[in-house]
Amino acid sequence: MKAVVHVFLKPGVLDVQGKAVQSALHGLGWGDVDHVRVGRVIEFDLAGEDAADGKARVEAMCQRLLANPVIEGYRVEIAP
Amino acid sequence: MRAAVVVFPGSNCDRDCKVALERSTGADVTMVWHQDTALPAGLDLIVLPGGFSYGDYLRCGAMAALSPVMTEVKAAAERGVAVAGICNGFQILCEVGLLPGALLRNAALRYVCKPVDLDIVNTQTRFTAAFGGRREATMTVGNGEGNFFADEATLDRLEGEGQVVFRYKHNPNGSSRAIAGIVNPAGNVLGLMPHPDRAFEPALGSADGALVFQSVMASV
Repeated sequence: MKAVVHVFLKPGVLDVQGKAVQSALHGLGWGDVDHVRVGRVIEFDLAGEDAADGKARVEAMCQRLLANPVIEGYRVEIAP
Repeated sequence: MRAAVVVFPGSNCDRDCKVALERSTGADVTMVWHQDTALPAGLDLIVLPGGFSYGDYLRCGAMAALSPVMTEVKAAAERGVAVAGICNGFQILCEVGLLPGALLRNAALRYVCKPVDLDIVNTQTRFTAAFGGRREATMTVGNGEGNFFADEATLDRLEGEGQVVFRYKHNPNGSSRAIAGIVNPAGNVLGLMPHPDRAFEPALGSADGALVFQSVMASV
């Protein structure tokens, strides 16, 4: 299985990188851009066949290490 | 006083902390490598120094929080040994769960390196008693991710329980409620972004940092 984890700051936590990127995009003429968030993608191979079990394991990894639940949310994708 | 300074790969204030402790308290200071699985016996203070442990990989302090020595630091903290996390050390204490909250990237996206004026919010802690009731201090900050964040309920609790120890007079990094340093509920674990180790004698611009270490010495 392949696991892809998307980690973003939670809504309500100021994402200063997102703000800076947004203002740069505006400066380049893309004034139609709003609510830019900058996050992190972590991908890895995971042994096993059962996607639901894999997702549960990866979510445990997110709670323990891959994300800081105080400030970050995450989304896990599992692909064969 | 017996003290230990933990050295992580990427720590860069470990030597400063050792010298600051020795000169301000005469403490016997042992450097402890992050892979060590035991701490020296009879410690009165453990310092987690500033720097960029593990290159700030993943998140500041996240990898260091999983270092073998941190199991021992946690156990010592639970026994009541004083623990001070300075800058990156504060980030590590939050990541390991000994202190609440987290440190975000500075609101202005800039690395801030300058002396800052602080209010000593709680003068009765193990880390501030030697200020003798003084309510102000000056120390130097040097951080890119020093923007303290916690949810409102946690912030209210920290304020209500006297756990806010230092507050910036002029918030340099966007920290919630201008918080610069906090202690745990038991009062033996301090995390702060300003560096007492960069302000321990007048030649450094301020000697107020020495009082933080002398406070701990007075408590043992």
